[in-house]
Amino acid sequence: MGEFFIILISAVLVNNFVLARFLGICPFLGVSKKTDTALGMGMAVIFVMTLASIFTNLIHNLVLIPYHLEFLQIVTFILVIASLVQLVETVLRKLSPALYHALGIYLPLITTNCAILGLALLNVIKQYDLTRCIVFGLGAGLGFTLALLIMSGIRERLQFADVPKPLRGVPITLIVAGLLSMAFMGFSGLVKM
Amino acid sequence: MSVATEFTKGFIRENPLFRLVLGMCPALAVTTMAINGVAMGLAATAVLVGSNLVISILRRFIPSQVRIPVFIVVIASFVTIIDMVMAGYFYELHKVLGLFIPLIVVNCIILGRAEAFASRNPILLSLADGLGMGLGFTLALVILGSVREILGSGTIFGVSIFASGFEPAVIMLLPPGAFLALGLLLGLMNKLTKAEET
Repeated sequence: MGEFFIILISAVLVNNFVLARFLGICPFLGVSKKTDTALGMGMAVIFVMTLASIFTNLIHNLVLIPYHLEFLQIVTFILVIASLVQLVETVLRKLSPALYHALGIYLPLITTNCAILGLALLNVIKQYDLTRCIVFGLGAGLGFTLALLIMSGIRERLQFADVPKPLRGVPITLIVAGLLSMAFMGFSGLVKM
Repeated sequence: MSVATEFTKGFIRENPLFRLVLGMCPALAVTTMAINGVAMGLAATAVLVGSNLVISILRRFIPSQVRIPVFIVVIASFVTIIDMVMAGYFYELHKVLGLFIPLIVVNCIILGRAEAFASRNPILLSLADGLGMGLGFTLALVILGSVREILGSGTIFGVSIFASGFEPAVIMLLPPGAFLALGLLLGLMNKLTKAEET
């Protein structure tokens, strides 16, 4: 049990996917303008990440390794992720059209969210078994959502700030992300891995 | 639409990192040293040229409904090749870049060029576009890597450039430094190009 907790804390706070590992920067910058879309995107990512973690682990251990097809790893993983995203999109369109419209272009873009493929590859590198993969996927998704939510809160206030003209838009967002990442560095040392 | 203009637009006018703000993840993650920027940039360029070439050749045969999955498979195949070549011949660099070589698959620049350019232009133009965009990306990575390496370790391409009194700012090598450096560089780019236009 203790080890699962450590994996979770490490994925959420210490090695946060966005702020420490630089995975998923595009949606992090793209969808962090408003808190509610950020939350929706975060939920979609948590869901896809946990599922992707499970499926890629199963396919890697049950298909790729027994048949010595490890060289197809990248191609297989990206196809699994793309199909999963398609599934989530279809389900979401039926269940919550409002959220579906709010997420707009960013839902299909989860496919090219490097955080998901990065997670699948990290699972293989770290040689996690199925349970650890699930915990790690969940933690990674939670960490992504946390970073996205904090960022969107700051950006909602930033709209009223007097930012120097050349820094408006992406540059100031990156600088804010830098400060946020500095704050998250305070968590390093919390978990020794 | 000459080959030359397609080739040069990626350097400054449509620079993928500084102007289109694509491919942020590898740009932030690997640029602790200028040499990493060169390696990452060239790996991405190789994939970009290869995928642009194949997609441009196949552009009349790919049904438009399934074009995105087809593009991704083409790109993933080239990334696998590059990954293996780098692991075989440049083991040290491959270890440093680690996860971010396979992650070229999901780099928005590559899919973006396939969709926006290679799938609707002839082969020679697509090659020029891929090469130019890739080299523009490399250029941006080297600039970012140099800034971080100079401030963070006082060297450039591994050569020390300061006298012994210089105390490097380690923060520039850590994640926050990447965000700050790229943010300020983008701001600087905006400032300079605005001054040009007016």
